[in-house]
Amino acid sequence: MAKRVGMEVSLGVSEAVKVADVDVIAAYPITPQTHIVEHLAELVANGELDAEFIPVESEHSAMSSCVGSSATGARTYTATSSQGLALMHEILYIVPALRLPVVMTVANRALSGPINIWNDHSDIMSERDIGWIQTFAENGQEAFDLSVHAFRVAEDHSVLLPVIVNLDGFTLTHVVEPFEILDKAEVAKYLPPYKPLQRLDPEHPITMGAVGIPEVYTEAKKQYEDALVRSKSVVIQAWKEFGDLFGRYYHPVETYKTEGAETLLLTMGSVSETAMTAIDRMREAGKKVGLVRFRLWRPFPFEEFFEAVKGVKTLAVMDRAMSPGGPCGPVAAEVRAALYDQPTRPKVFSFVAGLGGRDVQVSDFEEIVSRAEKYAEKGAPATYDLIGVREI
Amino acid sequence: MSTSNAIIGWKNLSLGCAILEPGSSRKLKTGDWRSQHPVLDKEKCIKCAICYIDCPDLAYTQNEEGYFIADMTYCKGCGICANECPKDAITMKMEEE
Repeated sequence: MAKRVGMEVSLGVSEAVKVADVDVIAAYPITPQTHIVEHLAELVANGELDAEFIPVESEHSAMSSCVGSSATGARTYTATSSQGLALMHEILYIVPALRLPVVMTVANRALSGPINIWNDHSDIMSERDIGWIQTFAENGQEAFDLSVHAFRVAEDHSVLLPVIVNLDGFTLTHVVEPFEILDKAEVAKYLPPYKPLQRLDPEHPITMGAVGIPEVYTEAKKQYEDALVRSKSVVIQAWKEFGDLFGRYYHPVETYKTEGAETLLLTMGSVSETAMTAIDRMREAGKKVGLVRFRLWRPFPFEEFFEAVKGVKTLAVMDRAMSPGGPCGPVAAEVRAALYDQPTRPKVFSFVAGLGGRDVQVSDFEEIVSRAEKYAEKGAPATYDLIGVREI
Repeated sequence: MSTSNAIIGWKNLSLGCAILEPGSSRKLKTGDWRSQHPVLDKEKCIKCAICYIDCPDLAYTQNEEGYFIADMTYCKGCGICANECPKDAITMKMEEE
């Protein structure tokens, strides 16, 4: 039976991986992801989880081991953060190309330098184009649920792609929250054992990862891009079935008080909870504002996003990563590009906040909304606003 | 290169571009690449098999007399055999010679 617990969210993610009954975990500890793999190592060591835990010497090896493990048909998991994710970089592209359903948690953290262990989204925004399905959790319950959902989607035979579940480092990973954890028998109803379509097997030898000459590389890319785009329907269906079984329903794009709103804030991750408080306060003050949040980041949820911002005049996008020398934050850039061909679209303004663990407060969101409304009237700076930066 | 089976549309590629047929490298006629070929002087050859061992394309096989002869379907003319032969029994000749 599902039970309601008060638990550190990192440990909750480990519990989700346990009830998903993974076969192999290959991971290297890095703050703020450490508690997840540390707890998994404990679960394996004390016999609660029948899996191989491969303690590798780097994240490059962690992801390489995951490739090998998943290629043999084992349900495979890892987790990382920041510099660790960056060290995995070259292997990350290979996983979807080989169509391996590895699941990874990324505890989002700033990239150095300066050296910084705290939360923002610069690690994952640098990995936008790796071809993985990517979701963002807002709270502990969602982190648990999205982790279970990730295996279900990744291993679907029409998908067979890796999935990243993003959760904010410290502000989510290290907080104790009340949430419901499902037991193995319940999850077994949702997540059948992994049946690979093809795998490395000495009895039936195949080659994975052969060279893709110029005559085949484009087609190979097209094959898994097509699978990634089509995976959206599986992502949505798997959320629906999750809701039918466990009572919690999820959608690619979440909205809050968008009815009659003229200005929308757009956020991702745990900061959205603070944003909701800000929306409540601004609504009480008579402002027509609402919130839109991406839960699904890849594949980009075009239709759901267009629906969410329909009729809105102003969209203030809050990025948690910079694109130095570029036009705006990475999420704002994507949102603008997605909206460009729409017959009617809101004006999009880009705000970067919450870098390297800088606290984002209710007043920051109020500031963002009021600036966006001003820019919509009087024109905006060509690039983006860096919220909270001290000038002197 | 004889890899015409690679020239297909993306919908017909195997999952993740896996090669499902074991030993399919035999179909890759690396001999097409060659600009030089090895010529063996049987007077000097001591049948030590170093050419056979070192050939990166496994082109060498031993004949009934015990000499190692490169199969020109696969020999890409790299010259490793000629370079490694302890008796200088192998000489690389240009294809047109």
